[in-house]
Amino acid sequence: MLIEIVIAVIKALVVIQLVFGLAGILGWIERKGSALIQDRIGANRASIFGFAGAGLINTMVADPLKFITKEDVIPAGADRLLHWLAPCVNLFPAIVAFAVIPFGDVLYIGERAINLQVAPLDIGVLYILAVMSLGVYGVVLGGWASNNRYSLLGGIRGSAQMISYELPMGLALVAVVMTYGTLDLQAMARAQGEMLWGFIPAWGIIYQPLAFLLLLIAGIAESKRVPFDLPEGESELVSGYFTEYSGVKYLMFFMSDFVEVGVVAALTTTFFFGGWQVPFLTSEGFAFPGGLAIALPNLLIVLLQIGSFMTKVLFFCWLQILIRWSLPRYRYDQLMRFGWKTMLPLALANALVTAVVILAFQEA
Amino acid sequence: MNVVTVEWYLALGALLFTIGALGVMLRRNVIVMFMSIELMLNAVNLVFVALARHLHSVDGQVAVFFVMTVAAAEAAVGLAIIIAAFRNRETVNADELNWLRG
Amino acid sequence: MHPIIFGILASLLVLSALGVVLARSPIRSALSLVVSLFLLAVTFLFLDAHLVAALQIVVYAGAIMVLFLFVIMLLNLQDDPPAKMSTALRWIAFAGGSLFLFAGIALFLNAGPGAPGMQAPVAGDFGSTEMVARQLFTKHLLAFEATGLLLLVAVVGAVVMAKRKLV
Repeated sequence: MLIEIVIAVIKALVVIQLVFGLAGILGWIERKGSALIQDRIGANRASIFGFAGAGLINTMVADPLKFITKEDVIPAGADRLLHWLAPCVNLFPAIVAFAVIPFGDVLYIGERAINLQVAPLDIGVLYILAVMSLGVYGVVLGGWASNNRYSLLGGIRGSAQMISYELPMGLALVAVVMTYGTLDLQAMARAQGEMLWGFIPAWGIIYQPLAFLLLLIAGIAESKRVPFDLPEGESELVSGYFTEYSGVKYLMFFMSDFVEVGVVAALTTTFFFGGWQVPFLTSEGFAFPGGLAIALPNLLIVLLQIGSFMTKVLFFCWLQILIRWSLPRYRYDQLMRFGWKTMLPLALANALVTAVVILAFQEA
Repeated sequence: MNVVTVEWYLALGALLFTIGALGVMLRRNVIVMFMSIELMLNAVNLVFVALARHLHSVDGQVAVFFVMTVAAAEAAVGLAIIIAAFRNRETVNADELNWLRG
Repeated sequence: MHPIIFGILASLLVLSALGVVLARSPIRSALSLVVSLFLLAVTFLFLDAHLVAALQIVVYAGAIMVLFLFVIMLLNLQDDPPAKMSTALRWIAFAGGSLFLFAGIALFLNAGPGAPGMQAPVAGDFGSTEMVARQLFTKHLLAFEATGLLLLVAVVGAVVMAKRKLV
């Protein structure tokens, strides 16, 4: 009993460390990547004894230190409790969403089987939806607690945008759940290890390409990144709902932005790209279609699976950063129109077609 | 006293319901009255789920499903009405929204 | 559930419910309600109602309360002035509430002894999505479809109410 609790705590700590590390690295990739895309140098002033690490020292050491040591300003007339609460409430759902994401299959230490998923819930997908809908509170509270007209406007726009795009995301996930027949993410990742016609891994993108697009777009809209970043529109609302935040609170808002990028990437990977699956890697070793089979120790298999998962997640994070620096911003009415009049009907049609196809295959 | 029986849950539900009812009766802000109504609905949900566990029947949880849906519909329409009333009278105080009074 | 855990959850629930009713600022009221919805979801998890707990967070805490907060922000509601209710009415309200509470608790203390009871373990998938969905789509199908119709009516009604000018 005690061992179970210790293992769960260790898993949770490892995942939290991973998430914070991912947020830091994404900050660096964002700054240097955007510099590369825009043909400039980017952040390069900070260095330790001359070692600048291509901007790593600047983004991962100097920036957090700067934010932590800044003065914390609370505007007059603002609700102090809510002003302090908003960034915490914004960061919490983003980190907690990683609790149901599977990092690998079962790891065997001696006799003990450790499922590489922090919380093996049987309602995993519902948990993800619940956590994503809690993300709205950070925006609402941030906009309200600043006692500032522009922040309020940014907060209202942000919350309306987030609840509008939760619908296509939920419906895309409904189609995915129908395809796999389960709400458990680890079971979904395992189910993508089968082979279609012997040599194509049965990843989710083959079954649900439209749901993949819908989930990716809705996820980018949920995390309020470009092209959907009007709530924090720099050219219109100063900084939108986090105008009045400085220091550690701003760092928390910023970090939650990157953690949500990671969450969307992890969800896309798990639902549509096999999660931790490496093609042709089963739980005993490689099993190629020609008949060649290589047996591998369990630890190496698990390391390969974790590496594959991290590679896919980093790819989708990079994709979102690339999208950010390539596309212009949606105007607010265009954004809402796109969400309600294009994505929602598409998601409904996708769910309907999926249901019909599943029923037809069951009859056959 | 070392075992939690269903009466404890029912008593808790009754207490939450009473607090919600007092909120509806004593507060004059229409939005807070609405939230007290939601509190009452949630107290009923708690009683449903506790009794479902007590009687080993899932019908209680199905009832909770319907209560939640009805609460969502009622919240949407009620808040739309409040916004429309606010547009006319600039107030959410129940004492001042008295057009229908004879 | 252990009595200590029940005691902690119950006292937190009552405190947040009192926060809903007594807070001066509508935003703090709404946030207290969100806290109590969360605590109720935790209680549902202890009562083997997994689907209902998840739905509580998705529907209630994630959608309905966001709608409340949205409206409060839209109307820019500030703190309420102190209420001008006569003391006699307050006493009548309190007396009625206490009477109801005592009656309710007294009645509930005689819950049926013949039922299986909370201590008896339930089936493995009690309260899981499959089981609730099975009941929902077979035994309660008519109510399910009627609820769908109700939601459609509510959507149309809300859109009509929110328009600036009626036809």
